[in-house]
Amino acid sequence: MKQTTLYKSHQKHGAKLVEFAGFAMPIQYESIIAEHKAVRNSVGIFDVSHMGEVFIRGEKALDFVQHITVNDASKLFDGRVQYSAMCYEDGGIVDDLLVYKISDTEYMLVINASNIDKDVEWMNSNNNFGVTISNESDEYSLIAVQGPESRNLIEKLFMTGFPMEYYHFTYAEFQGREMIVSRTGYTGELGYEIYFKGNEDFANSLWDAIFEAGKELGVKPAGLGCRDSLRLEMGYCLYGNDIDAGTNPLEAGLGWITKLGKESFIGKDAILRSRQQGLGRKLTPLIADSRVFPRHGYDVMCGEEKAGVVTSGTLSPMLDKGIALAYVDSKFLDGEHQLSFSIRNTAVPARIVKLPFIQK
Amino acid sequence: MNTPENLLYTNDHEWILVEGNTGTIGITDFAQSQLGDIVFVDIDPSLSEVTSGGNFGTIEAVKTISELYSPCSGKVVAVNEALSSGAEVINSDPYGEGWLIKIELTNSDELKELLTPAAYKELTGE
Repeated sequence: MKQTTLYKSHQKHGAKLVEFAGFAMPIQYESIIAEHKAVRNSVGIFDVSHMGEVFIRGEKALDFVQHITVNDASKLFDGRVQYSAMCYEDGGIVDDLLVYKISDTEYMLVINASNIDKDVEWMNSNNNFGVTISNESDEYSLIAVQGPESRNLIEKLFMTGFPMEYYHFTYAEFQGREMIVSRTGYTGELGYEIYFKGNEDFANSLWDAIFEAGKELGVKPAGLGCRDSLRLEMGYCLYGNDIDAGTNPLEAGLGWITKLGKESFIGKDAILRSRQQGLGRKLTPLIADSRVFPRHGYDVMCGEEKAGVVTSGTLSPMLDKGIALAYVDSKFLDGEHQLSFSIRNTAVPARIVKLPFIQK
Repeated sequence: MNTPENLLYTNDHEWILVEGNTGTIGITDFAQSQLGDIVFVDIDPSLSEVTSGGNFGTIEAVKTISELYSPCSGKVVAVNEALSSGAEVINSDPYGEGWLIKIELTNSDELKELLTPAAYKELTGE
């Protein structure tokens, strides 16, 4: 199992480590629920170094990114980030990702850890643009600082103002090393992500410095367990659960990043066809008005009839109610049908709501 | 991990406190720590009898759902009703407030089959 550069810090903080995408990653330190609330109420720090960083370099970098992603990367300027996805020809999703525009000739694509090999292979097989595709995932570490106090923490850490807008990035120095700091995250809170190259010593001293800067703000180390419940309260998709090669962006509710007006991109024709034919199912946010725990794979029912299946679910720590994303057959989405979660043979009434589940 | 000396244990990480003919049953500190945040305990409130090794309910944590098995056979005399609104007490006090059921033992010979504190510590690698 691979270790991130921050392994020693996890051990020091008493993390419970689990295998994730080939890495020993902290699922929790003290408690998933306590860490979840720390991120909502003050600030939490995550090691997400398992994520992949791929650099696209060359004169035709933009053309390549436009070709392989569904969003319109021509809208980006230096220092701007965009949420996007890569699709197969049939419209199925290869991965969802972040696109960072570093310059006209350089983009950084941030991809899911479990998809790194597959994604890089996909990029290489579609490189008709003469760009250099450089997978630097093993060299980069990534720390996410998330929560309402994150700006105070970051400003204290770097001793400078960070008036950065959402989905923008800049550069900051630590111990003389330049790092990318972006106002991004997977929690729905004010938050920053810090990308850096550097060995264990550098990584752990940065982690310690973040901790020191956040001490008075109530900072907690936060694991992947709460990262999942935090993203789900916002309704963000997780690759492998809510989206995969068998789902297209429109049924996943990612129409807002799928720019069908863009000249061409891989998967466009299939996605257009599926829109014309009408979507057979939609990823649907469901909430139970009771304290239940819908889980991945549970059925969504309409009376005795199966209406869909839960792809992500949890007992929301903030709402204390069961929440879920579920693929529901479109015929049940007309507002006339009463849906329920089938939780160990008990039907628990569920309502369709608008995202996010929590009020932000 | 905390493994009190006055209890007996199972391979499935339950404990039993025997006082006279009454047994109080719960899950161990090791078990609660492995499960992480416990959110529900599901024990049928009309449960009247349990058998040695028999399933008597489920315990649900954020990460996973796990079955509960009784260390001994007996008549159920109490179910910890406080857990229905506050199962997290099992995380904070697995040997006290976090108890699950009390039974009247019907076959005390079964106690000989259970693990001593030393044997349980060995099982959990301590």
